[in-house]
Amino acid sequence: MTQTDADPLRLLDRPNSYIGKTVPRPNLDRLMQGRGLYVSDIELPRMAHVVFLRSPHAHARVVRIEADRAKEFPGVVAIVTGAELSKTISPWVGVLSHLKGLKSAPQHAIAIDRVCWQGEAVAAVIATSRALAEDAVEAVLVEYEVLAPVTDMRSALDPQTPVIHPSLGDNLAFERVHDAGDAGRAFREADEVVEAEYVFGRHTGVTLEPRAVVADWNAAEARLTIYQGTQAPHMVQNIAALHLGLRDSQIRVICKDVGGSFGIKVHVYADEMATYALSKMLRRPIKFVADRLESFNTDIHARDHRCKARIGVKRDGTIMAFEIDDLTGIGPYSMYPRTSAIEANQVVNLVGGQYLAANYRARAKVVFQNKNVMCQYRAVGHPIACSVTEGLVDLAAARIGMDVVEIRRRNLIPDDGYPCASPTGLRFEKLSHHASLAKLLAMMGYDSLRAEQNDLRKSNIHRGIGIASFIEVTNPSAAFYGVGGARISSQDGVAVRLDAQGAVICQTSITEQGQGSEALTAQIVASVLGVSMDRVRVILGDTDNTPYGGGTWASRGAGIGGEAALQAAKVLRRNILQVAGAILQAAPAALDIVDNDVVDLSDGARRIELQELARIVYFRPDTLPPGLQPELMATRHFVPREYPFAFTNGVQASWLEVDIETGFIKLLKHWVVEDCGTIINPQLVDEQIRGGVVQGLGAALFEKCIYDERGQLTNANMADYLVPMSGEMPDIEVGHVVSPTKESELGAKGAGEAGTAGAAAAVANAVNDALRPFGAVITEIPLTPQLVLTALGRI
Amino acid sequence: MIASCGISLTVNGEHVEALVPPRLNLADFLREHLHLTGTHVGCEHGVCGACTIRLNGDIVRGCLILAVQASGAVVETIEGLSDSGEIADLQAAFRERNALQCGYCTPGMLVTAQDLLRQCPAPDRERIREHLSGNYCRCTGYEAIVDAVEVTARARLEPAR
Repeated sequence: MTQTDADPLRLLDRPNSYIGKTVPRPNLDRLMQGRGLYVSDIELPRMAHVVFLRSPHAHARVVRIEADRAKEFPGVVAIVTGAELSKTISPWVGVLSHLKGLKSAPQHAIAIDRVCWQGEAVAAVIATSRALAEDAVEAVLVEYEVLAPVTDMRSALDPQTPVIHPSLGDNLAFERVHDAGDAGRAFREADEVVEAEYVFGRHTGVTLEPRAVVADWNAAEARLTIYQGTQAPHMVQNIAALHLGLRDSQIRVICKDVGGSFGIKVHVYADEMATYALSKMLRRPIKFVADRLESFNTDIHARDHRCKARIGVKRDGTIMAFEIDDLTGIGPYSMYPRTSAIEANQVVNLVGGQYLAANYRARAKVVFQNKNVMCQYRAVGHPIACSVTEGLVDLAAARIGMDVVEIRRRNLIPDDGYPCASPTGLRFEKLSHHASLAKLLAMMGYDSLRAEQNDLRKSNIHRGIGIASFIEVTNPSAAFYGVGGARISSQDGVAVRLDAQGAVICQTSITEQGQGSEALTAQIVASVLGVSMDRVRVILGDTDNTPYGGGTWASRGAGIGGEAALQAAKVLRRNILQVAGAILQAAPAALDIVDNDVVDLSDGARRIELQELARIVYFRPDTLPPGLQPELMATRHFVPREYPFAFTNGVQASWLEVDIETGFIKLLKHWVVEDCGTIINPQLVDEQIRGGVVQGLGAALFEKCIYDERGQLTNANMADYLVPMSGEMPDIEVGHVVSPTKESELGAKGAGEAGTAGAAAAVANAVNDALRPFGAVITEIPLTPQLVLTALGRI
Repeated sequence: MIASCGISLTVNGEHVEALVPPRLNLADFLREHLHLTGTHVGCEHGVCGACTIRLNGDIVRGCLILAVQASGAVVETIEGLSDSGEIADLQAAFRERNALQCGYCTPGMLVTAQDLLRQCPAPDRERIREHLSGNYCRCTGYEAIVDAVEVTARARLEPAR
């Protein structure tokens, strides 16, 4: 390219660039004034409400459904069973071909004949209001024949355990074995081998707005409009079309404001599929908003893992090998369409990935059970891999009497050791473990904190320091889902146009759930074009009005959607300068755009305002030279091709106090240093990190879906399922090291999950550090007071 | 079903009369009958705080009060507090500090924060964190919210220039 805009650094470093600057997100006022539009706010003419009758049993045969009396209730429009609905929507199987051997059974929008978890829908009641539908639900009688539930993942594969789906032969959904280097020999040659079993509580996302959908089938247009709080509108379009027997073009997915997502809203749930089908069947808009009980029973759960692990270490601190044997129970079906094998697969991929040790043996088993489905939630697999890896490293350090920082210094991949690959074949372009660790230690004042800890111990105050390094998968290419046959786009597109008054309209396929997708898109486009941000309006979340793309998940919005925005804006800029050159009789290469004006590149002299240029193009094209057809709209798409994933890295530290009398843990301070490459908006990145950390802290201390042995979720409400409150959270200091990816001109990697990836590991290590004088070690989260007191031998 | 009852109340300065089922809670009344959808419903059992509104000057959970109980009361919602300008500085501080992400908790959070600042003009961070502990936020991790409330408190204490 010979254009003046060929140099990306110049584009990003322009004096009026917004890249790297903290600017407020556009449209926050709407949300702060209560003028947002969440799906739960939407009302349409003739809209009816669906309420699902859900199974009270974890496993049962549905013998009979008696709905005649309920149908007479006021306001009832229809009562629909699974068998009836299956004429409108086909079942699905949540498998992908690249996860070899993954199996699952056909799942229906509403159960037919058999329910497989407490909360699975057995009938839909549609009425003119939600309250009336709830009245009628209580009058629907279902006769169940209760079947033996499979609840404990540890015995799910035992021969005497019932097989949930007989057609599958057993309860094993997926298994992966990986062997790299010579782990057997490495463990033999190690001076010390430390083993532990790490246990992770099943928990869930608790989006403050529950899942919600309004489906509006227009029979006259043969078109279904789906209003849904989803992270992936085009994926929803494709899945809904596939199972309703429609073409993608017959479905429009609109996603306005979304009240929290965190991966919970990146899936397609059975009750959402049922809602689409009910609208088509009943030929009117149908609204489904989960209540909180339903959210706990049907929003995907995550993390429920038990991981036996060991580490071999030399006395000089050299880590020789890692080995894991991971087990997870995913509920009765592999979730659709992303599958429920990804988390275990990620655990296998990621354990030990920040370290030099080349010897690694891993096994992961994914089993079915009669509990709610599990699937991808923020930082998929990372908290488990990080907690296991960093827990083992701390145990190894304690065994050989080495400081926890020193053992990491000796084993983290050196910052000049890139590019390189992990024992599982993960390719790292450029990471910064050592620079990040050094920065973290400086931020927290590590040495003085250690001194403080030692001093306080004398007064029977037990504080701990926990450190956790991590790697994070971001910017996934087609390697994540596409290669396995899922129609989940890994590329994103952005269209940018200059309108007739010189304002910029930008349509992007990434979505917004509060991360700042709109802001970062506007910042990039404004910077590259040379316009002020208030001139840029961003449109997203509408399959009819945005380019085709993946959406916002897996820390991909900034890195992939942001690069598409940059490339589209570059083309528009070139096109604008071409027109300006014609109008001004100047060489386009001698012109620039600064602060909404076309200027002379040499001296910055203002030549023509963009508004005036647009006026000429749109209203007086007759004055332009013959043969010049201005194109004031440009579209570009982007997907990473060189690396399957852009790995990021970081390190977290926790400083906390354990009350050895009560078992309570008080978080005093948390630090994070992470490296997400180019930072587009420092404040937004920091807030993603902080929010992510707090979700990880919730998992570390509070959050757990507690099932009893019959498969009953016993704490499915916000009073009993604890999430972090402001009063118990610490201030979180965030620092950065910047290693841009060379895969894109923007150089941005993802930042949305880094906080969640390492927070629990840092806390667990800090608790064990605090408890070290007592010889107590805890390898389970959430770290409840009961767990702490048990470890201390007090109860 | 029990017959609807007539209620009469003031909502954001407007006089409202309505016929409502006795079981209808105030949050649903505001959202479904008055279309004031800024009051959000997060848990419907009084824990999450998303439906926090002002009733006769005190903050309450809209999901724990029946609409019929609000008859004769003065109700203020996020829409009213925004339009009157009462919390404009607090909202500006939230904007500057990015103290919201998805925004679903934000109306309730703002109403609760303003309640604190009316009771206690110079709260320290611990007091702010304690007062906001009945309002769940899943996105921000709370620190930005605490910062924004702290900044607003300080600014309000500064003598007008």
